[in-house]
Amino acid sequence: MSLLQVENLRVHGPARELVHGISFSVESGERLGLVGESGSGKSLTAMSVVGLLANGLRAEGSVLLDGHQVIGQSDRALVPLRGSVAAVVFQDPRSALDPLMRLGEQLALPIRRRARREGRALDAATLRAEQLRWLDRVSIADPERILRSWPHEVSGGQRQRVAIAMALACGPRLLIADEPTTALDVTTQAEVLDLLDDLARDEGLALLFISHDLPVVARITDRVIVMQHGRAVEEGPVGQVFTRPQDEYTRGLVAAARQLETAVRGMR
Amino acid sequence: MSLISLRDVQFGYGGQPILHDVSLALEQGESLGILGESGSGKSTILRLMLGLARPDQGVVEADGSVLDIRSRPRMQAHRRFVQPVFQDPYTSLDPRMKVRRILTEPHVALDLPGDAGAEAARVLDAVGLPADSLDRYPRAFSGGQRQRIAIARALIARPRVLLADEPVSALDLATKVRVIELLTELARDITLVLVSHDIAIVAALCPRMIVLQQGRIVEGGATRHILRAPQHPYTQRLLASLQHMPEETP
Repeated sequence: MSLLQVENLRVHGPARELVHGISFSVESGERLGLVGESGSGKSLTAMSVVGLLANGLRAEGSVLLDGHQVIGQSDRALVPLRGSVAAVVFQDPRSALDPLMRLGEQLALPIRRRARREGRALDAATLRAEQLRWLDRVSIADPERILRSWPHEVSGGQRQRVAIAMALACGPRLLIADEPTTALDVTTQAEVLDLLDDLARDEGLALLFISHDLPVVARITDRVIVMQHGRAVEEGPVGQVFTRPQDEYTRGLVAAARQLETAVRGMR
Repeated sequence: MSLISLRDVQFGYGGQPILHDVSLALEQGESLGILGESGSGKSTILRLMLGLARPDQGVVEADGSVLDIRSRPRMQAHRRFVQPVFQDPYTSLDPRMKVRRILTEPHVALDLPGDAGAEAARVLDAVGLPADSLDRYPRAFSGGQRQRIAIARALIARPRVLLADEPVSALDLATKVRVIELLTELARDITLVLVSHDIAIVAALCPRMIVLQQGRIVEGGATRHILRAPQHPYTQRLLASLQHMPEETP
């Protein structure tokens, strides 16, 4: 059984259908990229997987997350799946974190939840040790200071590392990352990609990685689905799709990405 | 003589230093890229060049004289000399104005010669939009088209210098490439100052560049040389951080 099995997923907006029947699966430890431009439906597809569509949007079809149907389930039924099976890292760590809660308290939430789920007692010292361990896991150099800090007191890269630590602390088997490096500086982006790469390998995580940035997707995923106007137009190994695209739309995207790269390469 | 220059400029907000000892000169026909990450001070340099702020120390010179932002006639002339294009085409156009008004207003405001309507048609054509765009509102246009309208508005004054702050960062890939092509074409007649965090955009548009880190210029010169052999460790790190497309196999 696949870790994630999506069959004929449709997402309806208030006025019209936004995703028109997409199907794919993600196996344990596999890394799948969803690529497309704004409005392609890639984020809607990813959010449908964890039942996090915004109000006014409705998903239809089948999404099996570790064998459990997500579509049509109540939030209450989905809570145990979120975190234990799939966790999400969003584009903007500034809005994903609670601005009124210290980072240490926020990181404590998934740690406590996981302990409860696993029936483990969690005393203050153990909690502290786990907080520090997760911050170390995402290569944060001064964890003590970060735990005491408010989100606005740390850099964008550090916020995103904390958000990743929170996602991982849930103990998921699938990490859904929605443009996780788009809001970051180039140098920070490279560090966060290295980090996700290491974590996925070390923790045996599957990755559903959503991005408009082809080189970034090439760096981190094995297989890719190209989306346009709510449809999958091409799918295959990332090396193949990005070097020998078959679909006309994909060819245009790849050509544009190469044109930008040529500007830099041509001079080096 | 340089079109615009900054000499030994220091600048800060509320005691917080933003720029340290920044000196640079923009030469006619040699578009300049200002590359830096968030907080590097790159947009502040544009604000100084536009005359939206005054340096704490040092001077900004434009069109052969010191830019005194308290002088109305001097600033009126400066607005014809430089024009800005901003990052977000969704917020930089007034949603309540038809394109015709967006494009004729600067003509009136800057007291430009010639017929405002004819000028609007001229710039619309220059950015590759159809003439019937004049009677539509910004909401009728895609992000790339809106950025073309913003560029058209900047062209009304026939400026010598176009200051562009991340002009394509908010655009989709294919649109981005087309707007870069438009800017390349415009840069034949207008000298461009391009602020970006994206090396590819700078490489595509600017023969000269400076690299800004925490308010200091750490490296500057011909873009070709800097990309081929970056001298400063920070520039080296920026270049090493670039992600690449997989190699095409023959």
